Amino acid sequence: MDLGNAASVAYSAPELILIAAAIGIVAADLVVSAKEQLGAVALLACAAALVAAIGLRMPFSERWIVQGLLHGAEGWLWSRMLVVDGFAVFFKLVFALAAFVTIWMSLGSAEVQDGDEGEYYALVLASTVGLFYMASAANLLMAYLSLELVSLTSYVLTGYRRHDRRSGEAALKYLVYGGVASAVMIYGMSWLYGLAGSLEYLKIHDALTHGAADPLTVFVAVVLVLAGFGFKIAAVPFHMWAPDVYEGAPIPVTAFLSVGSKAAGFAILIRLFYPGLSESGEGGAWAPLAGVDWPGLMLVVCMATMTLGNLAALGQRNVKRLLAYSSIAHAGYLLMGFVVLNDTGLRAVLFYLVTYYLMNLGAFVVVMVVANATGREDMDGYRGLAWRGGAVPAVAMAIFLFSLAGIPPLAGFVGKFYLFAAVVEQRFYLLALVGFANTLVALYYYARLVRTMFLDQPRGDEGVVALDAHNAFLLYFLTIPTIALGLYWAPVIALAERSVRFFLG
Amino acid sequence: MDHVLTWMTFLPLLGAAVVLCLPSRRPGLIKRVALLSTLPTFALGVRLFAAFDRATTAYQYVDRTPWIASYAIDYFVGVDGVSITMVLLTALLCPLCVLASFGIDKGVKGYFALFLMLETGMLGVFVALDFFLFYVFWEVMLLPMYFLIGVWGGPRREYAAIKFFLYTFAGSVLMLVAMLVLYFGAAPHTFAIPELAGRGAVFDPRTQQLLWLALFVAFAIKIPAFPFHTWLPDAHVEAPTAISVILAGVLLKMGTYGLLRINYGILPAATLDLAFWSLAALGTFNIVYGALCALAQTDLKKLVAYSSISHMGYVMLGMAAFTPQGINGAVLQMFNHGTITALLFLLVGVIYDRAHHREIAGFGGLAGVMPVYTGVAALAFFAAMGLPGLSAFISEVLVLLGAWQRHPGLTIVAASAIVLTAGYLLWTLQRVWLGRLDERYAALPDVDARELATLLPLAAIVLALGVYPHAVLDLIGASLGHLNELVRAGAAAGVAPR
Repeated sequence: MDLGNAASVAYSAPELILIAAAIGIVAADLVVSAKEQLGAVALLACAAALVAAIGLRMPFSERWIVQGLLHGAEGWLWSRMLVVDGFAVFFKLVFALAAFVTIWMSLGSAEVQDGDEGEYYALVLASTVGLFYMASAANLLMAYLSLELVSLTSYVLTGYRRHDRRSGEAALKYLVYGGVASAVMIYGMSWLYGLAGSLEYLKIHDALTHGAADPLTVFVAVVLVLAGFGFKIAAVPFHMWAPDVYEGAPIPVTAFLSVGSKAAGFAILIRLFYPGLSESGEGGAWAPLAGVDWPGLMLVVCMATMTLGNLAALGQRNVKRLLAYSSIAHAGYLLMGFVVLNDTGLRAVLFYLVTYYLMNLGAFVVVMVVANATGREDMDGYRGLAWRGGAVPAVAMAIFLFSLAGIPPLAGFVGKFYLFAAVVEQRFYLLALVGFANTLVALYYYARLVRTMFLDQPRGDEGVVALDAHNAFLLYFLTIPTIALGLYWAPVIALAERSVRFFLG
Repeated sequence: MDHVLTWMTFLPLLGAAVVLCLPSRRPGLIKRVALLSTLPTFALGVRLFAAFDRATTAYQYVDRTPWIASYAIDYFVGVDGVSITMVLLTALLCPLCVLASFGIDKGVKGYFALFLMLETGMLGVFVALDFFLFYVFWEVMLLPMYFLIGVWGGPRREYAAIKFFLYTFAGSVLMLVAMLVLYFGAAPHTFAIPELAGRGAVFDPRTQQLLWLALFVAFAIKIPAFPFHTWLPDAHVEAPTAISVILAGVLLKMGTYGLLRINYGILPAATLDLAFWSLAALGTFNIVYGALCALAQTDLKKLVAYSSISHMGYVMLGMAAFTPQGINGAVLQMFNHGTITALLFLLVGVIYDRAHHREIAGFGGLAGVMPVYTGVAALAFFAAMGLPGLSAFISEVLVLLGAWQRHPGLTIVAASAIVLTAGYLLWTLQRVWLGRLDERYAALPDVDARELATLLPLAAIVLALGVYPHAVLDLIGASLGHLNELVRAGAAAGVAPR
């Protein structure tokens, strides 16, 4: 049902809060000299957006939050441009949390705190608005606009350190790659529009069901669109930008890109390819429309992404680059849940995104703590970290890395378990074996960093690492759920399961 | 005795939490608290030993609560005759190892906290009756072990630690695949090991064999069976003494225990099909190969490490016999090897603490200056050799008797290899303890009270089980008989009851 414009305003509360805060910060930046106050405002705005997003799932008759999370409202917003449904709200929760932690990180980051960071917070909030819309877009036009909003703000954030050549180089590379990907994508979208006669996912779906187009033509259009989406999730062969951008951007921005941007890429990918280009069948199974073999294509992309990401990570000496390749590999793991064409696979993707959010952001927080104290991001800068004042960050990093490697009893293991369970259940045995082999390769480089931190002794030139209360609190905020979710995850998996629900008109 | 297994498993973890809260500047207190945290588990183990019902084949002291309902994952623990011996062995070795670690002076807090976590992991593996839980404990054990070898080990510790970690993890990954396939094959889907018993039969024989092999590789890496054994000499040599004891005494047994619990129980038909090559033949090869490698070693600790490979071969051979003697002998050998190798590693640790090297050629005539030490060493070496009257004799004879009925050729090879075993053990005994004393070691003190406290309990058990093996055989007999029948029946029927 179309909820109408008045209701649309109410359902856009999270986005409106973020937009108002962003504009407010830009204006206040002119008069306020203590910029951390602006950061505090941004932090509050994220928290408010989070609460508002939870509220989205709460019909006014039901005030009990958990109940509301599980039985939310669904419908069209703004003349069928956006939808609100379980799937969208799940992602909005993740984005609000990601922005929250990013801003929290930025407040304790030596790179960002240069005394003139007012507009930085506004940009993060604007980018978050883009992420929110990416989760809701049910129309090619909205999908494109929201994706570009995220991209443009990300280019600026990457180049935020104007006087740092690395930062500038990263921003330029990001811009060039992003521009090309986006051009290819919009070209593909124009094909889809031409074939189906509509920009709306559901109308495209109907047109293709009734044989509006030759499968090969649709396939070409799909491949072109995938260029843009693949760029956002950093899937092979559109991953080239990630290592350079992750290395050059300020660490909180890198963290934000690796979690927020990637999750949003998956949101937009799933919504177009599942309700848009597939048919829902018995028992949570999906079948691709019109004989278009995009699952076969994505299967190859998935295996290539995880393998290339992991193999390239093996040789990295810079921890940010290492985490960049690891995040490429994780895009591959996540795609495993995407290619099995089943609700259990999607559920696993959503759950994995939550665990990935915790452990990847956590790893970047530690990178930031070390960089703050010593200015180093290379592997040697981590030598003997545990034995020179950095015991807490080192232990936290070990927890995050082992979680990324998928070792119980940590959240990452549970996430991987659900992904692999979905793959084995649908009998993709080759994919399962490739995935498992990759897990093994990945353990090697994660364990190597752990080894550097614990088993190697400091040589004295690495500098002392101290942890201030601000960052310590942030570390605990991410570490504790990483362990807790590894021991008991039933509520989160229930939420993920109920969130695999698309509004289909 | 409510939830006794849960208490046994998690009390050490509680101890680890307490240790972490203690101030690092008081290492003495930390060590005592660590020792105290292992004792309740040991005491409960003794009570369990006394109260265990030896007549039934059912799982005892079962605790079962749903953990993750949507995947039918339970917190499900219990013991039967197979696992109780391993639980007892672990509960016994851990206090001794904590005592043996009192000499640690670097990162004391971390060491003992990790050690206690390791104990929880090991006990968890042996009591878990839910495959998922088993897997979690199996992996949980890896992390403390990695750090214990890597931080507190010898000169090549980093290499040894990562090698151990990667080998075991490679095996676990295969186990996870097999576990998922079994889960989705069972109707209704379940991870509960007792309910999965014989369920492997829903697959065609080829798939069953593939699953069996995936699980076998996971467990063979732990045993360690040739050609998956190469991590063992590195890990054993580099690990600190107490950790070598745990590695050889408990971790190796997880391999054979896993085979009995998972491969035998769930895939009986494939077990019978594949046992000859993968267990009997490979086990015999292990016996000979381990003994030959041990003969060639110049490092005392490496010699003991290779002797472990050799002795674990008897376990594999006995398991593959599918006769009551063979399988009982195998499990008894698991227990005996746990005590004897622990004793040997502790003895190596004693001399290493004094001389700071382990070169066999560098010693000689120690009997003259360290009489008590030499006495215990002689007992341990003779026990490892399988001298009648000591524990390993009974288990090795049972294994050979059992195996003779099914694999006579291999049994002849395995029995002949005892000559090699005697060769390297006696030769070492002669080179280290007899002969001319190097004057550098003329003033070496004999074992002190703490070291004696770690050695004597094990020596007493070795002696006692040599005379009265029924203390263990009674525990395991019923369950193993049942398991053996299950394998033979499952294979004869071709399809297990659904």
